[in-house]
Amino acid sequence: MTTRDTDWDGVRLHVVTGKGGTGKTTVSAALALALARAGRRVLLIEVEGRQGIARLFDCPPLPYEERKVALGLGAKGGEGGDVYALAVDPEGALLDYLEMFYNMRRAGKTLTRIGVVDFATTIAPGLSDVLVTGKATEATRRRVAGRNSGHLYHAVVMDAPPTGRIGRFLNVSTEVADLAKVGPIKTHADTVAKVIRSPQTVVHFVTTLEEMPVQETLDGIAELQELTDGTIRAGGIIINMSRPAMLDPAGLAAAAAGSLDPAELVLGLKAAGINDNHGLAADLMTELSEHARQVALQDRERDELLTAGLPHYELPMIPDGIDLAGLYQLAARLREQGAA
Amino acid sequence: MTVNAPKLDMDRIIDDRRTRIIVCCGSGGVGKTTAAAAIGLRAAERGRQACVLTVDPARRLAQSMGLTSLDNTPRQVDGVDTSGGGSLHAMMLDMKRTFDEIVEAHADPDRAAQILANPFYQSLSSSFAGTQEYMAMEKLGQLRHSDEWDLIVVDTPPSRSALDFLDAPQRLGRFLDGRLIRLLTVPAKAGMSYMKVLNAGFAVMTSALTKILGTQVLKDAQTFVTAFDTMFGGFRERAEWTYRLLQAPGTAFLVVAAPEADALREASYFVERLAAERMPLAGLILNRVHVSPAARLSAARSLAAAETLDLHDRPDGGDGGNGTGPRYGLAAAVLRMHAERMNLGKRERRLAEHFTSAHPAVPVAEVVAQPEDVHDLDGLRVIGTILSQQHA
Repeated sequence: MTTRDTDWDGVRLHVVTGKGGTGKTTVSAALALALARAGRRVLLIEVEGRQGIARLFDCPPLPYEERKVALGLGAKGGEGGDVYALAVDPEGALLDYLEMFYNMRRAGKTLTRIGVVDFATTIAPGLSDVLVTGKATEATRRRVAGRNSGHLYHAVVMDAPPTGRIGRFLNVSTEVADLAKVGPIKTHADTVAKVIRSPQTVVHFVTTLEEMPVQETLDGIAELQELTDGTIRAGGIIINMSRPAMLDPAGLAAAAAGSLDPAELVLGLKAAGINDNHGLAADLMTELSEHARQVALQDRERDELLTAGLPHYELPMIPDGIDLAGLYQLAARLREQGAA
Repeated sequence: MTVNAPKLDMDRIIDDRRTRIIVCCGSGGVGKTTAAAAIGLRAAERGRQACVLTVDPARRLAQSMGLTSLDNTPRQVDGVDTSGGGSLHAMMLDMKRTFDEIVEAHADPDRAAQILANPFYQSLSSSFAGTQEYMAMEKLGQLRHSDEWDLIVVDTPPSRSALDFLDAPQRLGRFLDGRLIRLLTVPAKAGMSYMKVLNAGFAVMTSALTKILGTQVLKDAQTFVTAFDTMFGGFRERAEWTYRLLQAPGTAFLVVAAPEADALREASYFVERLAAERMPLAGLILNRVHVSPAARLSAARSLAAAETLDLHDRPDGGDGGNGTGPRYGLAAAVLRMHAERMNLGKRERRLAEHFTSAHPAVPVAEVVAQPEDVHDLDGLRVIGTILSQQHA
């Protein structure tokens, strides 16, 4: 596959959302690894203070500082690029903002001390959201110093708040406009919104093939469209923790209908040296029919997701739990399917 | 699977008339709402006047309880067996409306109108971060105070951290006591002359605030804080009242978790926090556990058997292969499926034991994964029964 051949060429800010428990952070990390081809630098940003990235990459808690955490997924036999990570919190983002635009870091510390950050997070979450998304867009736009060519990061992946909150979180300029009609924070919000609403940014939805996450994904896609008039682009749907079918479709249908012949199984068990004691074969048949029902449920939910008409990718359940090796496996799957 | 921990006796908790509040908490996506609804239903059918307060139910689950809209008042649920003298009500929280109602109840009409129209109020009351937690606790307090129900089952908001609702009162307090608030309210209280005696930091601060926010925002914030000032005390008082209510012996906390690393880590943290806050923990609900009806066949043996069958089926080996396709294809597939299920169960048990060894005294109830999502009263009854038959 050539490097010009992915579904998201031209996208530089990948916002990843999903219902709690669907593996949003894991998928964000895998996407960052997949995007970091040789010679490329990718930044993975976490915004909810959970230190999930540090846990995944098995490194100490991330400070408010961009740090290299892993090598990207290389092409066959080669090394990948660099994956950096950053944990953004509203307080750090506020200090950053003051320093960057007003050269006022010390005043910022005073503000923190007297509770401006508390104020922003408690009374006007829109304000802290704009600071946090502002950091992500700043990193997206940042260019290599001293040269007039090239962005510092080839792409930025943001592990964003869950689906229920994503619309408001990204709709910064409108949220802030309700509070500030004019003024510096409004100007800042507009700059941030310009990046988020450009074709450079997409929002990916992570889901599992279960009813609630699927419903929430579809609602989230609709809400994003409605809140922002389609100016914030939905990206792909990433199905996580999918369980592979262990039988062909005909076999599954028969298993679900209970029309498989247990004698065939008994014979097989015997050939493998397992006696059908105490109805073992019958119990295994029960298990098989449960499996078949589950696969059928997954298929129904997948069809439902496809009604959104977005590109979709499917990642398998990693049975032993997610470790670094598992992350690279997921990254490889994402790349195979054209997500990166 | 069965973990080595004391069993949670759900019926004892719901049958005990002294239990007045059950709080289901845990990280997102673990089945808190379903657990809360199942417990509420079971309690009602065992004679309690139960009310389920839910924050964000799945649509079909909400429909199953007759909740079709957010109307912020408990509605009676149909289809409940009331022969034991109990009843079930359910409501979905509308946080903005709850907030508006508080404002209207505690401020004179002019001031209330002023507050409701303020952009800061609108942002605060309709945003998700924090407000939902305050309002859920506020509503819980109201329901409890009304004394119309003898058992309230609440599921906590799907916040970024499962602990946000515990922190809500404290955060509100810290916020209200913050220097910024005091500075913002100074002009209204004492006039500009008072400002002059404030320290030099104030000039730096106002200049910085103006730079970040602009004068208009600062003015709106000031107006809001001033208008709200008289209500703040009441807010904190009620938040503290609810907090103490949660510590009272009539409250039972149930931590809900799925047998996954993140959810259990959060559950562990939660158990510790509850202890630190002296909140009465009743136990852990371990939801969506995978078990096998054929657990006597181990994963290793099952996989080995599948491999044996593969060898049989090779054209050049074994007794059966003759190129017409695998004779034992079905059996091999079933054995592989079984091995995978056993491995999943084993991994879940290991994760659960991680929790139980750190918290050996916490009673646990396990709920096996249902093949399909729960979205009717029958499904809820099944969960309720499973929850209550842990030692059977």
